[in-house]
Amino acid sequence: MYRVRLFATRHSRAFEWIYQRLETVFVALDPLFRRLGYNRVERVVAVPERWVKSFLFDCKMCGQCVLSSTGMACPMNCPKQLRNGPCGGVRPGGYCEVKPQMRCVWTEAWEGASRMKHGERIAEVLPPVDRRLEGSSAWLRASREKARPEEAATDKARAALAQAFPRARVLEPSAAPLAEEPPRAVNRGEGS
Amino acid sequence: MSLFWSDPNAIRPYEAPPPGHVAGSKLEIALRAGQFAVTAEMNPPDSADPADVFEAAKPLADVAHAINATDASGANCHMSSIGICALLTRMGHGTVYQISCRDRNRIAIQGDVLGAAAMGVKNVLCLTGDDVGAGDQPGAKPVFDLDSLTLIRTIRTMRDQGVFLSGRKITKPPKLFIGAAENPCVDPVEWRPERLAKKVEAGAEFIQTNYIFDMPRFEAFMARVRDLGLEKRVFILPGVGPLASGKAARWMRSNVPGIHIPDAVVERMEKAANPGDEGRRICVELIQQIREVKGVAGVHVMAYRREHLVADILREAGVARDERAENAQL
Repeated sequence: MYRVRLFATRHSRAFEWIYQRLETVFVALDPLFRRLGYNRVERVVAVPERWVKSFLFDCKMCGQCVLSSTGMACPMNCPKQLRNGPCGGVRPGGYCEVKPQMRCVWTEAWEGASRMKHGERIAEVLPPVDRRLEGSSAWLRASREKARPEEAATDKARAALAQAFPRARVLEPSAAPLAEEPPRAVNRGEGS
Repeated sequence: MSLFWSDPNAIRPYEAPPPGHVAGSKLEIALRAGQFAVTAEMNPPDSADPADVFEAAKPLADVAHAINATDASGANCHMSSIGICALLTRMGHGTVYQISCRDRNRIAIQGDVLGAAAMGVKNVLCLTGDDVGAGDQPGAKPVFDLDSLTLIRTIRTMRDQGVFLSGRKITKPPKLFIGAAENPCVDPVEWRPERLAKKVEAGAEFIQTNYIFDMPRFEAFMARVRDLGLEKRVFILPGVGPLASGKAARWMRSNVPGIHIPDAVVERMEKAANPGDEGRRICVELIQQIREVKGVAGVHVMAYRREHLVADILREAGVARDERAENAQL
């Protein structure tokens, strides 16, 4: 909801704190998820995750959540889906070029970041979205990637992307994931 | 300058750039030598005739270090940037190949980058692109698979690591001088310098800005740029252009995305007895003021449908590129 998401960026510092705690919990649960099988828990987590994040952030379930690096403003709400800052067409007062009644997502993001403890993370250059991961749980992906960041990549293309965006790989590993994806987390191919 | 090419040797073999350069374009050489560089935007033809490209480039060829070939700017369909660049490089002109993320995905863009480099293109400008709604075919599907920053990093990876984004090897990487855009006078003005920093971090080597008509805003932008030390890491070419009339100025600022023209400038245009001359005079004054700002490396002239004025404007502003002197040096 538009008004709720503006509220979220206005209170980005509180949401940042909540998100960090949530991440700690998910990373701690990694051994459990592994025992149960990430594929089995994928839908169980993805469905409520969609409800919560849609309500709070107008989440589009790109599967590669980077809210902590974008001032708690979801970049997928930008009509151009820009992941790295505003375009040059922002209207006076910080309104969107494409949807003039909407605040520019990136103006909101930068304001949100300026209130956050680690707002400087907005300066990271984030990689392009992997469109195959749309609809999957970003929380589980963060858990997989952060619990075992050193995991050797089995996929050469993913390793190359992580190498091209080294800082993003360190700070937002699910934006340049290396761990093997459970079949249900990939929206094309056998798992879907 | 002959208007038609016939010499197949005009296509140059793959070669290493001169030492200390990433591409060795006229633009890069001039900037690295500390010269005040000039780039100019060409109005792309709605035609399949190469003569129309040469005709449009004619007033700019001798005055600019590189001619920008726009990529369906404002989402209006014209001859492609890559086509124009291919023709102009055969004539020996420097070009800036503009790539917008609006119309093509990462597969198409990386292929075109190789194609352009093979045709002799040595400068690229990485752009997000205006929304399709701004153009003549608003029903088109917007792509935006990459954004301008991931595009910069992608070309940087292709050039420096010699691989596609997928990690697959490129046997002969494209030697390109990588540019990006900035829009210093448009909201969010307070974050524009940080965004520029991000583009430099992504790998941009030169910056061409959108139109500057508001000097106080531009100076505030540059002050912050200098605080961040960015002017030492990237060549900044602010954008300028002659306005045609007060009416045109009003139309531009309400219909073309990302154009900020202060009321004072619009009023000055409206009061002028001869708006054409006034627009030209304002442009000359702006160039003179801009070149005094610390950290400015050149100027980017966008004289849409007024390309014939560019040579005189540059001469009047005292920044005309003297080709004869350059050739004498070489």
